Amino acid sequence: MSTTQVTPTRPWAASPKDRALTASSVLLSAAITVGIVLGTPMKGKLAYFFVFLITWLIVDSLYVVRKFGAKGVRDALAAKITLYGAVVVSMAVFSILWATVSEGVAGLNLAFVTENMRNASFFDPIGKGGVLHAIIGTLELILIAIIIAVPMGILTALYLTEIKGKAAGLIQFLVQAMSGVPSVVAGLFIYAAIILNTPLRASAFLGGLALSILMIPTVTRTSQEVLNLVPRDLREAGLAMGATQWKTVALVVIPAARSGLITATILGVARIAGETAPLLFTVGVFDGYNFNPFVGGTGTLPTVIWAGLGAGTPEAAQRAWSAILILLIIVLIMFVLARTVGSRQFKKK
Amino acid sequence: MELKTQTEKNGTQMSEKNSTTPSSLSDVAAKRAETKVAGSAPLGTGLEARGVHAWFDKHHALADVSLDFSAGTVTALIGPSGCGKSTFIRTLNRMHEFIPNTSMAGQVLLDGKDIYEPGIDVTKIRLQIGMVFQKPNPFPSMTIGENVLSGLKLAQLKVSNQEELLEECLVRAGLWNEVKDRLGAHAGGLSGGQQQRLCIARALAVKPKVLLMDEPCSALDPGSTLRIEETISQLSKSMTIVIVTHNMQQAARVSDYTAFFLSDGGPGQMIEVGPTNEIFSRPRDERTENYVTGRFG
Amino acid sequence: MSLDAPAKPIPQAREITTKPRVSDQIFRSIVTAFSFSALIILALIALFLFIQGFSTLKEQGLGFITNFEWSVTTDEAGKEIADFGLQAMLIGTMVTSFIALFIAVPLAVLTALFLTFYAPERVKKVLVTVVDLMAAFPSILYGLWGLFILMPMAVYWAELLHKWLGWIPLFDVPQPIFTRSPFIAGLVLAVMIIPIITSVSREVFAQTPLDRVQAAYALGATKWGVIKAVVLPFGANGVVGGSMLGLGRAFGETVAVYFVLNIVFRTNFEILFTQGGNVASMIVLKFGEAGETEIGALMASGLVLFLLTLIVNFIANAVVNRTVKSGR
Repeated sequence: MSTTQVTPTRPWAASPKDRALTASSVLLSAAITVGIVLGTPMKGKLAYFFVFLITWLIVDSLYVVRKFGAKGVRDALAAKITLYGAVVVSMAVFSILWATVSEGVAGLNLAFVTENMRNASFFDPIGKGGVLHAIIGTLELILIAIIIAVPMGILTALYLTEIKGKAAGLIQFLVQAMSGVPSVVAGLFIYAAIILNTPLRASAFLGGLALSILMIPTVTRTSQEVLNLVPRDLREAGLAMGATQWKTVALVVIPAARSGLITATILGVARIAGETAPLLFTVGVFDGYNFNPFVGGTGTLPTVIWAGLGAGTPEAAQRAWSAILILLIIVLIMFVLARTVGSRQFKKK
Repeated sequence: MELKTQTEKNGTQMSEKNSTTPSSLSDVAAKRAETKVAGSAPLGTGLEARGVHAWFDKHHALADVSLDFSAGTVTALIGPSGCGKSTFIRTLNRMHEFIPNTSMAGQVLLDGKDIYEPGIDVTKIRLQIGMVFQKPNPFPSMTIGENVLSGLKLAQLKVSNQEELLEECLVRAGLWNEVKDRLGAHAGGLSGGQQQRLCIARALAVKPKVLLMDEPCSALDPGSTLRIEETISQLSKSMTIVIVTHNMQQAARVSDYTAFFLSDGGPGQMIEVGPTNEIFSRPRDERTENYVTGRFG
Repeated sequence: MSLDAPAKPIPQAREITTKPRVSDQIFRSIVTAFSFSALIILALIALFLFIQGFSTLKEQGLGFITNFEWSVTTDEAGKEIADFGLQAMLIGTMVTSFIALFIAVPLAVLTALFLTFYAPERVKKVLVTVVDLMAAFPSILYGLWGLFILMPMAVYWAELLHKWLGWIPLFDVPQPIFTRSPFIAGLVLAVMIIPIITSVSREVFAQTPLDRVQAAYALGATKWGVIKAVVLPFGANGVVGGSMLGLGRAFGETVAVYFVLNIVFRTNFEILFTQGGNVASMIVLKFGEAGETEIGALMASGLVLFLLTLIVNFIANAVVNRTVKSGR
C-alpha cells in the first residue's frame, strides 16, 4: 500500500518536445511556402493555403521518417490528410457564413424588417421598403406545414415504435424514400394535383402543403428515435396498471418524449424554412401583407430572394443577401433550439 | 515436421493429465510443477513492471504493482472481478491508453528499457509483446491464412518464406491439422475455440517475445479451453506468457507463477505473487488463502 | 430424441389472443391509417405527375428520354409542333452529380475519419456541429454563395485545369468561357452533399467492432494501419450507401444549381464550358413561360426525376440499412 502521492501521467500524449517539433515544422513549412508562392506565378490566399498544406506534408514526413520509418510516415500522412479534409469542409462552411453576414449586413435597416414592398421596388435604393411581409409569409407557411406534418409524422412514428404492425418494415422504408423526394417534385405535385384540378390557386396553404411533404420524413425519423428512447418499463408499468394502450401512449409515452418530439418538429422546420423550389409553383407572388392563407399569393423569404437575384441590379442582389441573412438567422435559431431542447431530453435519460 | 509430432505427443499427455480429476488446486499445481522445468527457454526476454498505477478518469483502478515476468515462464493473474488484473495486463503492451481519459504511472521495462519512454515507437513495442483477447477476434474479411499473416502486413514486415511461417504459427497454435486444407476459407467458419487458436497463431506470426492473454478461454467451451491450455503449455517453452484468468483450475494447470490481485474498495492491488503451487498450497496472505480456497470471490 | 424413449406428447403452442378494448382499436386504426401516409403521398405524386404528363409521354414515347430537342413551335397552319427530349438534361444531371460525388466523397470520408479517429474531443464537438449546420443551410443560400463567392474562384481553377489538362477532352472548351459550367455546379453540389455522406460514414465507422480494432493495434499496427485493415473494409458499404444518398440529393437539387449552371439543351461533356443540363433546374427555368403543352412536358420531366431519385434512394437506403443494422 503506497502512501506516497503518485501523479497520473499520460506518456502517450504529446510531450513538450513533440509540440516544439510540430511548431518548428509548421514554421519551416510556412517559410518555404512563402518562398514558393513568391518565386512562382501563383497568387492569392488560396495559393498560399494549398502550397502550405503540401509543404507541411513533406516537411513533417521528413521529421517523422528519421524515427519511425516508412510505416510512421504513412501514419503521419494519413493523420494530416484527414485533418486537411476536415479543414477544407470547415472552410466552405465559414465562407458561406461569412459571406452571408458580411454581404447581408449592408442592407439591413429598420425599414427592411418593418415594411413591405408595396410602395417600393427592387430597383429602389436600399432603405426603401422591406421584407416584413415575406418574414410573415414564411412564418405562416411554417405554421401550416407544422399543422399538417407534425401529427402525420408523429403518428407514423407511433406506428413504427408502439404498434409495430406487419407493415412496419415497409413504412420505414417508404419514409426513408420519401426523405429523398426532390423538393421541386413536391411543388410540381401540388401544382399538378390541386392547381390544375381544382379551383384553388397558388396560396400560402398550398405552399404549406408542398413543404409538409418534405417535412414529414424528418419529423417521423427524429420522433421515432426519441420514442425508442422511452424506457420499456415505463410502457409496461402503464399497461400493468390496466391502462389501455391508448392511455399508456397518451399519458406516459408522449409526455416522456415531449421535448424530443419538440426537437423533431424544430428539425423539420429547419429542413423546410429555406426551401425555395416548391414555393415557385405553389405560393404565387405578392409584395404586401396577405393574411388569408387560402386565397391569393403570399410573399415569402425564399421567393423574395429568388426574385431579387432574378432582377439583376446591385440593389436587388443586396436585398437578396439581406433577406437570406434573415432566413439564415431563422434557421440558426431553429438549429440552436433543437439542440438545447434535445440535449435536455437526453440528459434526463 | 518435428514440431508437429511434438505437438501431438504433448497433446495426448496433456489430456491424460487433465482427465484425472484432481482432488484440489494445490495438487494440480504441484503436479504441473513436476512436469514443467521453469525457465527452460532462452533468457533475455524479461518483462518487468515497476510501480504501475492506472486511472480511468479520476478513478484509481490499479495501485503500485511491481512484478517480474522471467523469460520462458507462464504467470497467471488471478483475482475477483474489478481487481484490476485486466487493466494491469493492458498496461504491459500499452493497450490501456486506448480508453479515453485514462492515465498511468510507473514503468514497464522490456529488456531493461521503459516502454512508456516518450518518443518511443509504440507499434514496435506491441510487436514484441503480443496479445490475445477475451473474445476471439479474427478479421472476418480475411481468409484463415491471411489472418495469420495479417500482422506482417499491418506492421509492414518482410518475411522471406510466408508459407513456412504460416505453417509454423498454425502448428504452434495447435491448429494446423484442422485447417491445413482450407487456408483460403474465411475465418468466420471456424468454431470459437478454433478462432481463438487462430488469434494465437496470428499473434505468433510477428514473433513476439511475450504473449499476453486476457481471459482467453472465458468465451469457450471446456473442450476448446483444454486445447488452448495445451497450446499455452507448448508455447511457454519458447516465450514468456502472462495470462489473466477467472478460473483457478486453469491458473493451477498452466502457470509457473501466480499473482493474486484484490481491490478492497479502493484501487486494485497485487496482494501476493509466488510459484503457483505455493500460492495454492500455502499462501502467505490470509486474503489469498480465502480466495483460493473459495471462501469468497 | 432417441427412438425407444416413450413418446411425450408435445403440447401445441397456445395462441395468445387478446381482444383489444374499443378505445385501443380506435387508437390502433387511426395510427395505422396515418402511418400509410408515406405510401399514399408517394403513390399520389407518381399518379398525378403521370396523369398530367401522360399526353407528352404518349406523343414523344421513348424519344422523351433519348432526344435532346426541346421546343414548341407553331407551323403555318397554326398547328402546334412540340418536341420534348430530356436526354441532354438527364446526362447533364448525371455529369454534375458525378462531379459532385467525385469531390465530395473523398472530403466527406476524410472528415468522417478525422472525426472518428483523430479529432480531440472538443474539436470533434465543434466540427460535428459545423457539419450538422451545413446540412441545415437552405439550398438557395448555396446558390447565392455559389454564384457570388465560389464562382469567381472556381473560374480561376477552371482556367488552370484547362491550361494544364486541356489536352484531355473532358477539360477542353470550344470557347474560353468558364462561368456557369457543370464543373462549378458540381462544386456547389459537392458542398451540399458533404454533410450527408459525412454523417452516414461517421455512423458506420463508429460501429467498427472494438475487438477488431484492438486486435490490429496489438499486432503492431499504426492508426492508419488499423483504418486500412479494419475500419475501411468494415465501413465500405456504409460509405457507398451514404454516397448514393448524396447522389440522390444531387440529382434532385434545384435552386442551387439554377444559379450556377447555364442550361442548354445540348449534351455536353466538356465540364469546364458554360453549358450544361439539369432536369430539376430546367423545370423551374421553363415553368415561368410554359404554355399548356409544355407544362405537361415539365410534369413528365418531374415524373422522370422523381422515379430516378426514388430508385437511387431505395438502393442507397437498402445498402445503409444492411450495414448499420448487421453491425458486421
